[in-house]
Order: sequence, then structure tokens, then C-alpha cells
Amino acid sequence: MPEIQNFTLNFGPQHPAAHGVLRLVLEMDGEVIERADPHIGLLHRATEKLAESKPYNQSIGYMDRLDYVSMMCNEHAYVLAMERLLGIEPPLRSQYIRVMFDEITRILNHLMWLGAHGLDIGAMTVFLYCFREREDLMDCYEAVSGTRMHATYYRPGGVYRDLPQSMPQYEASRWRSNKEVDRLNADRQGSLLDFIEAFTERFPERIDEYETLLTDNRIWKQRTVGIGVVSPERALQLGFSGPMLRGSGVEWDLRKKQPYEVYDRVEFDIPVGVNGDCYDRYLVRVEEMRQSNRIIRQCIDWLRANPGPVIVDDHKLVPPRREEMKEDMESLIHHFKLFTEGFCIPEGEVYSAVEAPKGEFGIYLVSDGANKPYRLKIRAPGFAHLSSFDEMVRGHMLADVVAIIGTQDIVFGEVDR
Amino acid sequence: MNKVRQYFKSLLLLELLKGLSLTLRYLFRPKFTIRYPEEKTPQGFRFRGLHALRRYPNGEERCIACKLCEAVCPALAITIEAEPREDGTRRTTRYDIDLTKCIFCGFCEESCPVDSIVETRIFEYHGEKRGDLLMTKKDLLAVGDRWEKQIAADRREDALYR
Repeated sequence: MPEIQNFTLNFGPQHPAAHGVLRLVLEMDGEVIERADPHIGLLHRATEKLAESKPYNQSIGYMDRLDYVSMMCNEHAYVLAMERLLGIEPPLRSQYIRVMFDEITRILNHLMWLGAHGLDIGAMTVFLYCFREREDLMDCYEAVSGTRMHATYYRPGGVYRDLPQSMPQYEASRWRSNKEVDRLNADRQGSLLDFIEAFTERFPERIDEYETLLTDNRIWKQRTVGIGVVSPERALQLGFSGPMLRGSGVEWDLRKKQPYEVYDRVEFDIPVGVNGDCYDRYLVRVEEMRQSNRIIRQCIDWLRANPGPVIVDDHKLVPPRREEMKEDMESLIHHFKLFTEGFCIPEGEVYSAVEAPKGEFGIYLVSDGANKPYRLKIRAPGFAHLSSFDEMVRGHMLADVVAIIGTQDIVFGEVDR
Repeated sequence: MNKVRQYFKSLLLLELLKGLSLTLRYLFRPKFTIRYPEEKTPQGFRFRGLHALRRYPNGEERCIACKLCEAVCPALAITIEAEPREDGTRRTTRYDIDLTKCIFCGFCEESCPVDSIVETRIFEYHGEKRGDLLMTKKDLLAVGDRWEKQIAADRREDALYR
């Protein structure tokens, strides 16, 4: 009788279900995973080191590119770290704008996750429907910052510009009648806030549609129920955060437990799972989208009623308005100083974490009093989740590997940074 | 009773049929897709695309070679060399943007004290060789000249917020 050996299978890094550049070395006994060894680092761009060589503000754009499906949340953690060291409080309006865009980002991320996760385990339609809604949110990003993804919108002390009062419109073409164009433009008549409000009105129905397609679906349930079960104790030991932790039934959300910005002024609930399997994490994320929708609506109401400045009025930190800069010598000097040298942050260290869509995204910032960070450490939720990968897939079938990668919601921009 | 209901529900494929009826309804609704090259999605006035260098209405180039954009560029994509011109004004002799490095953060436009370097709405450009993506001063001014109307209109609209 010949000796039977385990078969070693290489998965990725170019596998579409690997969600980026994940390489897995799987040791298989037939179709059952005996051991999974994730190899990471293929998307390493040395963001932490890069930040050490640039004035503070110049790294904001690089934060977008860490977790490239939840851009503004990453910026938020970085900006928050700077603000805490500087000891400044941004104007309330900018805090509301940030919270609103954090929640828009959360919906963006969860839609991307739902679509990709669905596609991985055989639900094509959800993918298309999710991207339809993402398109609207991308338009919000673009209207406010000028880019659909890498916004560079948050600044220490507030946000760069106020929300625009108009939305861009579709133009008539030979492919569309005027009536159709009017229908497309119906939500775009007013300001950005009107556009977002129209979105929040139709979005709950759209979530119902995704749920119609998935929640009771027997194929979806067969692929997710009982897969990748993590007990609450183990989830805490493994350093999980975000929906991964809440899916296991631990009620932990930084927005509630250590509220930053105006999260203590808005009402929302934290959904919690029971069994800690892929299906529960799916339910948690879907419910999170509904809660985000609720937060966005509250932010819209507040922002409508309270116009005002969106960034602190301190020209040692924030460049003066352009009109002032062009007429006033003092302002011009501030402008030049800020764009060449930047600003200095007093000596000290700080850890600031935000509840990013994937979990706790933290920035640990050490300043030696210069205009660049002495050290910047990024705490990426995906990294902790991926390190539990071996434990989660052990004993499951090969096809479940894809379901578990999906449920961990890994993005390599932040795992490898 | 509940078990019986569950049994019949699953036997009759109810949840699958519900899903299918949803997708079927969408089949007869107007499409969400855009026929891309002919039709485009709307672009806002803050859009950050390909760079351009602008001129004043009298044809004089705006850039005064203060090198703020070069200093602020996080990706070090901008290279500037400057010299006084015959008439004594300070101008650039070289203004290169390496589009392969640029991360389109918009800081150059934000920093420019004379609104010279701007990011336009152009997003459909390509290069067939690596060198095609190195924009020189001539290329940048050409983009600016061609799209000046649009650029000026966008800046006017955004001026309220900046």
C-alpha cells in the first residue's frame, strides 16, 4: 500500500476570488483543508515609511489607498490622530460632514463586500445590483471631493470644502430622449444633500431586494450557514473587530463604546450575530447598511439646519481662503509656509481609532515636534482577520475557502499597506 | 404546524421563485447602464483629472515658477526649472508632470497662488509608450488652451467654496 500524502495546492495571487493579491498555500486531504498558509506582502507599498518622509498633510492621500474600498474612513483615523496631538476641535459642521461621509463609506464598502461575496459563492445578480447603488454613492464622493474614490477630502481641523449646492446632470444624447434624461436627473436638481437624501429614501427598498435574493435563498444558506464559525471568546482572543466580532455576538462598536466626532449625538443600533458563522456576519453587515442609512438621514437634517464653517480658522494649520490669499500679504505668507513646510505637531504620541467598515482602523502617531511624523503605525483590521484564516478554514472544503475570504472582507491595500 | 409550513415552503421553492420574480421585474424596467463612449456619466465641477497649465486672457502664461506645487506634490511627480525671461519676469523653462507618478490628490491646484496648474475634467487619456505619460510644459499649456472655457467655468463655480 503506497503512502498517501496530503496534496499542496497554491491558491492565488491572481485568483479572482482571492480579493486582490492573496496567495494561499493550502494543504489538502482530498477536498478538505488541513492547513492554510496565507502569504501576504504582494501589495506592500511602505505607506508607514512613506509618511515619515513627508509633511503631515501630504500623507492624507496615501491613507485613501490603504483600504481602497473605504477611503474616507482611513483618512479619518489619520486626521483624527493629528487633531488629537494638536489639541484642536474641528467645527461641528465638519464633524457632521465627516460622520455622514464615514457612513456613506460604510455603505460603499458593504455593498462592494456583498457584491463580491455574492459573486464568489454564486450569486451574480446581487453583484450587479450592488454596483448600481455604489454608483450613486461614488457620485456623492465625486461631487464633494472631485474624485470617485481617492478623495483626499478630510483635513486636520475639518474638511477641505463645503458640500456643493448643485449636482452635475446627465446630458441629452442621441441614445436618450429628453424625457429619459429628465428621469435620470430627477434627483440631481437640488444640492448634494438633496441627492443624498433621495438616495437614503430609496436605499432601504434596495436592501430589501438584496435580502429577497439572498437571505432565505437555500443556495446562499447552504454556502454560508455553519461555515467559518468563531466563538465570541475566540474572536476576542484573535483580535477581531467590526462585523467579524459582532457576527460572533460581541457587542463592540467604537462608535458607541468610545464615540468620536458626533456619533454620540446620532441614534443608531449595533446589530449583533448569534452563531458567528458566515451567514450571521452577512446579516450583521446588511443591518449595518440600514443603520448607516439612518445615521446619514440624521446628518442631513442637521447639516441643512446649520450652515457654517467647515474647517478651523487657524492659518497656522489651514491655508487661508483664496480671496484672502490673493489680496493680503500675511495670508500669502501663511499660504506659502503651509504648502512648503506644512505645520509642526507638538511632541507626543497618540493612538486614534475609528470604526472603519471592516473593523477598528487605527493610526498610532509619534511626533518629535517636526513637520513630519516620527513614526506612523497603521492598525489594519484586515490583518488581524487574515491571521485567523488558518483556524477558520481548517476542516472545511476547498469551496468554503472562498466563502471565508469573502466573509472576512479582506482588502490587500490595508493588510499589506 | 410551523414545521409543516416550513416543509411546504421549501418544497415549493418559494424563496427561489421570489428572487426570480424580482430579477424578472427588472428585466422590463428601464436600464441603469450608460452606453459609455457615446454617453457619459455626469462630472462635477470639482473633478480632478488630467492636468493643465492656464494662461491669462492676454495670452501670458500664469505660472510664475514659485514651485509650490513641486514642493507640495506628495508623489514628487512635478519637476520645475526656472529662469528670468528677457523681459525680466520669472518664468519656467521646464514644467514636467510625470503622470505615472501622480496620485491626483489635487494639492498642486490647491497650492497654486495664481491658479495656473489645474486639474481638468479629462479622464480618458492614454499613452502608448511610457514617455507619452510624461507631460511637458508644452503639452500642459496645450491642454489648458484647448479647455480654458470649461476650466474657467469650473473654477468660477468652485470659488465660493475655496
